[in-house]
Amino acid sequence: MINLLLFPILLPFFFAIILMFFPKKRFTQRIITIVGLLSTLIAATILLITVKTNGIQAITLGSWPAPFGISMVSDMLSVLLVLSSTLITLIVVWYSFTSIGKAREENFYYPGVLFMLTGVNGAFTTGDIFNMFVFFEVLLMASYLLIVLGGEKVQLRESIKYILVNIISSALFVVTVAYLYSVVGTLNMADISVKISQLGQPGIITVIAVLFLIVFGLKGAIFPLYFWLPSTYAAPPIPVLALFGALLTKVGVYAIMRTYTLFFTLDQSFTHELLMIISILTIIAGCIGALAYFDVKKIIIYNIIIAVGVILFGASQMNEASLMGSIFYLIHDILIKGALFLLIGVIIAITGTSNLKKMGGLIKYYPMLGWTYLVAAFGLAGIPPLSGFVGKLLIIQGGFEAGNLWGGIVILASSLVVLLSVMRIFIYAFWGEPVEITPLTKRHYRGLFTPAVILVGISVLYGAGSEWLVPYMSDAADVMLNPSQYIQAVLGGA
Amino acid sequence: MKTNDVILQTATKIIFFIIFLFSIHIFFAGHYTPGGGFVGGLLTASGIVLLLLAFDLKTVMTSLPINYTVMTAIGLLLALATAAGSIVFNVPFFTHAFDYFELPLLGKQSLHTAMLFDTGVYLVVVGVTMTIIQTIGADD
Repeated sequence: MINLLLFPILLPFFFAIILMFFPKKRFTQRIITIVGLLSTLIAATILLITVKTNGIQAITLGSWPAPFGISMVSDMLSVLLVLSSTLITLIVVWYSFTSIGKAREENFYYPGVLFMLTGVNGAFTTGDIFNMFVFFEVLLMASYLLIVLGGEKVQLRESIKYILVNIISSALFVVTVAYLYSVVGTLNMADISVKISQLGQPGIITVIAVLFLIVFGLKGAIFPLYFWLPSTYAAPPIPVLALFGALLTKVGVYAIMRTYTLFFTLDQSFTHELLMIISILTIIAGCIGALAYFDVKKIIIYNIIIAVGVILFGASQMNEASLMGSIFYLIHDILIKGALFLLIGVIIAITGTSNLKKMGGLIKYYPMLGWTYLVAAFGLAGIPPLSGFVGKLLIIQGGFEAGNLWGGIVILASSLVVLLSVMRIFIYAFWGEPVEITPLTKRHYRGLFTPAVILVGISVLYGAGSEWLVPYMSDAADVMLNPSQYIQAVLGGA
Repeated sequence: MKTNDVILQTATKIIFFIIFLFSIHIFFAGHYTPGGGFVGGLLTASGIVLLLLAFDLKTVMTSLPINYTVMTAIGLLLALATAAGSIVFNVPFFTHAFDYFELPLLGKQSLHTAMLFDTGVYLVVVGVTMTIIQTIGADD
């Protein structure tokens, strides 16, 4: 089945189209969405097994020979990301059943989510730089819908900011692709890689590398370009926030990792040094934000920025340990950010506020919620048996191996800040004097809490079973370290 | 105050069909000459917009009772189905098929599955344009 790698893109697309026929039938919509996501999950799992046993899967659409048609490439990194994105979407959709509300469900909420997943999976799978732009637009258009759907005042204000920033960065993306095309004359990513190594990365390619860093940095929120993210992400309802927080910035991070390991490998003393400095600044900026706020949403949102910094620091080191750590941490972060947003969504639903100072004593009424949150918080900070540990350990090991002592130390220190910031939520919301709350009905609470707890469970398994995951991660890191495998899979023996 | 726009309306009744036929022509010509699904769709939509200018929203909605959201969805489905047809034959996605046929009246013509894909594009473009215009127009 040579088209297998396209199924995680086509299935959500197909089901999203089906959903457009009857927007008002809420229950049919829910059932079809779940069916669609489950089948996508199955397809992604089969794809993972295929990639593991048979190596990188590549196909060039329309039966054209490789550099001329659009290539789709599924290596271990992309298939792992596709699988975890689909998983997170499935759980967030389940959570949405209770939390998103009738009005949004009847106005294309589920098609929006599925179209976004189409874009995300497509951006992870594509092997063509302009096609990547198109998939970026697919996911961004869907995210514009999701961020503004509901039409509250704050959503309208923030969606203007969000759309403006993304239009500018997309225009810059086009310009950058145009520069690259004018230098190398091809859009196929494997072919670009070959052409750049033939050229020996002259100065103009380094300029393009920096432009790509700016473009993907705007999407993925790195240090000077993250300014739009905190207030924008705080606007939409919790399930949308969870999707955005778990997936959207990760697409930008993936794109940086892909371009910096596949294209721009010859002038590392400049490009990767720059990436490293920026990632460390990103971590510091995120840490400051995470400590500065008393708003639970803002605290977790700044933790996204910290994670972006940590992953990119790993990617900038370019040795096996750090790249493997980056991939470990990337998947961990998708899972744990989703889980944390869903959990604080439950807290906000119970207390009716996102202000920490107005909360207290929740552990008395909701002990399970409290302990689940604590596990998720420890997972985020990277306490050993949990999911954040292995990734960060490998990233720091990679940093030390590459001789960047200070970078490693900043990451270690940032873990403390992360722990402090999420523990503050635990201390303020769950301990202390109980405040007036409006208890949720049992059914409502269960509808919100069950998906969140399952996601935390998955992230715990991910941490506990990391030994079992190592072969997958090392396969993924291997392709990034040796782009020749990728090129060979796309272009054949050439 | 309702102005007498009999000239506009009479002219529209004729011009609409010219625009519509031209858009269909452009749509079919796309494979060999400039044109295709996108411009064809935009031209059809502009014909309907002319109707909207000459008459009011309600009249046009009753004479053309089309749910444009569904039209968009059908277009997407058609495009996806055309591209996905290749999956059945186990060739790479988007592989098109093409052959010459003797058609009654038209004679020897080439039929290409890319045309079906273009029909999908056409429907999506008309659907989206009209959804935008109708939604803004119906908004007070």
